[in-house]
Amino acid sequence: MTPEEWTAVRLSLLVAVTATACSLPVGVAIAYLLARGQFRGKSLVDTIVHLPLILPPVVTGYVLLLLFGKQGPIGAFLERTFGIVLAFRWTGAALACAVMGFPLMVRAIRLSVEAVDTRLESAAGTLGAGPLWVFATVTLPLCLPGMIAGAILCFAKAMGEFGATITFVSNIPGETQTLPTAIYTLTQVPGGDAGALRLTLVSVVISMVALLGSELLARRIGARRVAT
Amino acid sequence: MSLALEIEHALGNFRLDARFTAQQGLTALFGRSGSGKTTLVNVVAGLIRPQRGRVVVDGQTLVDTDRGIFVPKHRRRLGYVFQDSRLFPHLSVRQNLLYGRWFASQVDGADGDFAAVVELLGIGALLQRPPDSLSAGEKQRVAIGRALLARPRLVLMDEPLASLDEARRAEIMPYLERLRDEAGVPILYVSHSVAEVARLATTVVILNAGRVAAVGPVLDILPLANAADGDGGSVLDAVVARHDPKFQLTVLQTAAGELEVPRLAAAAGTHVRAYIRSRDVMLSLRPPEEVSALNVLPGQVAGITPVNGGAAAQADIRLDCGGAIIVARLTAKSVDRLRLAPGRPVYAVIKSVSFERN
Repeated sequence: MTPEEWTAVRLSLLVAVTATACSLPVGVAIAYLLARGQFRGKSLVDTIVHLPLILPPVVTGYVLLLLFGKQGPIGAFLERTFGIVLAFRWTGAALACAVMGFPLMVRAIRLSVEAVDTRLESAAGTLGAGPLWVFATVTLPLCLPGMIAGAILCFAKAMGEFGATITFVSNIPGETQTLPTAIYTLTQVPGGDAGALRLTLVSVVISMVALLGSELLARRIGARRVAT
Repeated sequence: MSLALEIEHALGNFRLDARFTAQQGLTALFGRSGSGKTTLVNVVAGLIRPQRGRVVVDGQTLVDTDRGIFVPKHRRRLGYVFQDSRLFPHLSVRQNLLYGRWFASQVDGADGDFAAVVELLGIGALLQRPPDSLSAGEKQRVAIGRALLARPRLVLMDEPLASLDEARRAEIMPYLERLRDEAGVPILYVSHSVAEVARLATTVVILNAGRVAAVGPVLDILPLANAADGDGGSVLDAVVARHDPKFQLTVLQTAAGELEVPRLAAAAGTHVRAYIRSRDVMLSLRPPEEVSALNVLPGQVAGITPVNGGAAAQADIRLDCGGAIIVARLTAKSVDRLRLAPGRPVYAVIKSVSFERN
């Protein structure tokens, strides 16, 4: 593999891990809110979360560019106050991947939160656990399998994200060129077939390792539940 | 300790309007399903916010709707044993037991006596196991231990034996008795089983359609429990007088006279509670001769209460037998034929007695 191809692999992993790690806490919060919350505008929140799933990725990418670009309201604010620039940076790619993977993650976690028996939570309450403790010691551990599944889905989506990423942060080698955009580029140039094939294999291996890893993790949680 | 409550709460067509106070010992909330027992306990536990009312435990007001007081459930220091034990599936038995204790120790620094509770409930061999692998009876014992270790001021039990079969119930009952007598924690116990209440209760609160029908010591109140499901009965305090090895019988001394029963594994002098189902009592105007029943007690009719809900017209006859109350359930026709009326002397023929060690 060429150094450029390695860079694309490394960058893809960095972007996907960052996207997953950053969206997990938010995903858990939103999933919990949607599963348990009773508030006005709940269906609006639900729709907004799911929007990236139904919109064409290019549209999502363009909306991100409008909002988070240098001239965009949020992008300009972030640059002025924190000096954070997202447009045409790897951090922007992570944002695009996080947004695209978010609905998948929220869906998986929400289902597992809904499956948690609220009677166990009220039992914890009668034993002296305040609401935050109940969440940390009962709700969270019981929906851990759903969180793992959601995280893996988000990671896989981030590894494969193309449309929103290329629209929002373009395809800059070494900065925003991830695996899919690198493969796309290689297929556009004469003699790039071999490189595209190598990257495709790498992509398959990473996806399979992630899936196997989540299986092992889920099994270990199940085993611990039986062993202790 | 004391528990004083006064609750008004409407749920659809159902209206709970109950007030009573309870002291040390086991207070049984007794009534048919749908009489509001569980709702009442959930109000005490803080799982339900009553529309109007007051709950005071040990002088601390937990709920007072007039003054806008509602202490959240995790600050009430009550132990709750649910019908479905509700053990945490992701924790071991030991971790389940320690769960409430940890929060209690954050509040007052003291630790509940883990070893003593484990010993009391006989769950030492289960500590490392996951709750899923326990039998229903074991789960319920662990749930009781978990509630106790939170060092509650009052333990609430909502039909803790209802999901168990007869053998499992018999397995847990002695632990509940030890809990009542040894742990010194007052218990509010929901049940619709007369046998359980007869055996365990110190005080009985009878709940009927959301209202308190009667409150008092178990011996006085239980005969009044007009259980239309045919589960009514009376309770006698008894002492084991002697054993009859030839016929494998035990003779009990009660206020109503001597009772001969199948041999009990209890030494002479042991106090037991005898429970006599109303359906197992026949009445005779003359001393019956040549009957198979061993136990015939003389008494006087103290009162007659018609029973509603049965297929045939029936009545519960309360007998005063030397100061003890025995209830017989007869058909209205028998009452008519024997011309039963308060004051009339009769003989109670008791077909069977069940025993609960006290």
